[in-house]
Amino acid sequence: MGFERKDLLGTRDLSAIEIRSLLESAESFKEIAERPLKKVPALRGKTVVNLFFEPSTRTRTSFEIAAKRLSADAVNMSVSTSSVVKGESLLDTVDNIQAMAPDIIVVRHKFVGAAHMIAGRVGARVVNAGDGANEHPTQALLDMLTISEHKRLGPGLTVAIIGDIAHSRVARSNIWALTTLGVTVRVCAPPTMLPRELEKIPGLVVCERPEEALAGVDVVMMLRIQLERQDRLLFPSIRDYARIFGLNRQRLDLAAADAIVMHPGPINRGVEITSEVADGSRAVILNQVSNGVALRMAVLFLLGGQSYE
Amino acid sequence: MLQTEENSVCSAQDVAQLLKRMAFEIVERNLVSEKLVLVGILTRGVSLARRLQKIIGETANRDLPLGVLDITLYRDDLSSATHHPVVRKTEIPFSLDGVTVILVDDVLYTGRTVRAALDSLIDFGRPQSIQLAVLVDRGCRELPIAADFVGVSVPASAQDRVMVRVEESDGFDRITVMPRDSTSGE
Repeated sequence: MGFERKDLLGTRDLSAIEIRSLLESAESFKEIAERPLKKVPALRGKTVVNLFFEPSTRTRTSFEIAAKRLSADAVNMSVSTSSVVKGESLLDTVDNIQAMAPDIIVVRHKFVGAAHMIAGRVGARVVNAGDGANEHPTQALLDMLTISEHKRLGPGLTVAIIGDIAHSRVARSNIWALTTLGVTVRVCAPPTMLPRELEKIPGLVVCERPEEALAGVDVVMMLRIQLERQDRLLFPSIRDYARIFGLNRQRLDLAAADAIVMHPGPINRGVEITSEVADGSRAVILNQVSNGVALRMAVLFLLGGQSYE
Repeated sequence: MLQTEENSVCSAQDVAQLLKRMAFEIVERNLVSEKLVLVGILTRGVSLARRLQKIIGETANRDLPLGVLDITLYRDDLSSATHHPVVRKTEIPFSLDGVTVILVDDVLYTGRTVRAALDSLIDFGRPQSIQLAVLVDRGCRELPIAADFVGVSVPASAQDRVMVRVEESDGFDRITVMPRDSTSGE
């Protein structure tokens, strides 16, 4: 019962019970952000190292705030990508950090499996904050925490994920977790941004056109076009992408009347989503950010509250 | 069914009587405190606080706000706990600045829960005073903490287990004492 792992590396192998127990815990942490004194002593004396090999502002800040609100000592290490190009130097970096005896390491790296490799090498608990295009479990969990504020998270719910599915660890973590809970997931992307293996996942529907993906859905999840992750342009022009796949008010009208709009951020306004929709009443994008702190507090607490046996 | 293993100290009727007396004492002691609030410690402390709230509302015509406190994040044994403690929702929808807080729990034993609750309450504001109300004081304190309102004192040794059962969680009201190594019950 509950979440009893050493590390949180992805959502792919999480059971429905583990996901629900993480979300339930996170619910209890939301209230701390509204207190006059936003700090509890739960992780006093624990050290959390944020080890980011890729640039990140919001995820790193979110983990840092979460750790500090739990009274842990949060240390940020941003390692420039250029200095770490070989697996060997990554291991050296990790060995050095382990020698400083942290309790939890939060890691982001451009290589798929980086967090898994580190987790197997260190005694500290490891949280994957993004490994290449593979997984970003805390983002998917905070997305589900946000959905659960508006919808019943389970069979009967339909979520459309639209955008660069192939390059998106956010999409992958969400697809694994949502389908585990029995949610129907529709994905839609230009063919060049759609990995083929997706069709085999039960509960997943691949749509060619965004209109098809949006029809009657309860939740619309737009993905950021990650130009920095593309080796070459995968669509003719940004204008074409915005015209065919961007979420505007007319397209949003195809979704259920009470559908919510999500985006993991940062937003490319006017590309994947218009400002009108992003700032509209159905957008829960800033709720996602607030929930991110509560969710990460729950994860850090469940991992770091006691030594792993 | 449990009479052989468990020694029932108080029946449901007794519990109702104890709560009534505690409610009177709380009102009597706080006749001049205008800002009086109840805060129950999860889980059974909250059920008892609700009942005190009801009795005080009916008999003294005073409508006291009620808060819910989870002390998990303030526990002093988090590093050594063998299982993952479940964090539940704290709900204190009013300011604690300048108010008199009646902190309610079911059993006062080592005093560690109350210590955690006091630290937590003080993080929410600066109450005028905090008074402690417990249904059972079973002794064996490990910290210098005492209750202001006690339903019943049950002198028990560390080998004994004192259980308060309340209808809201357990389906019935009863206070029992049994040997800790007893295999009956939970």
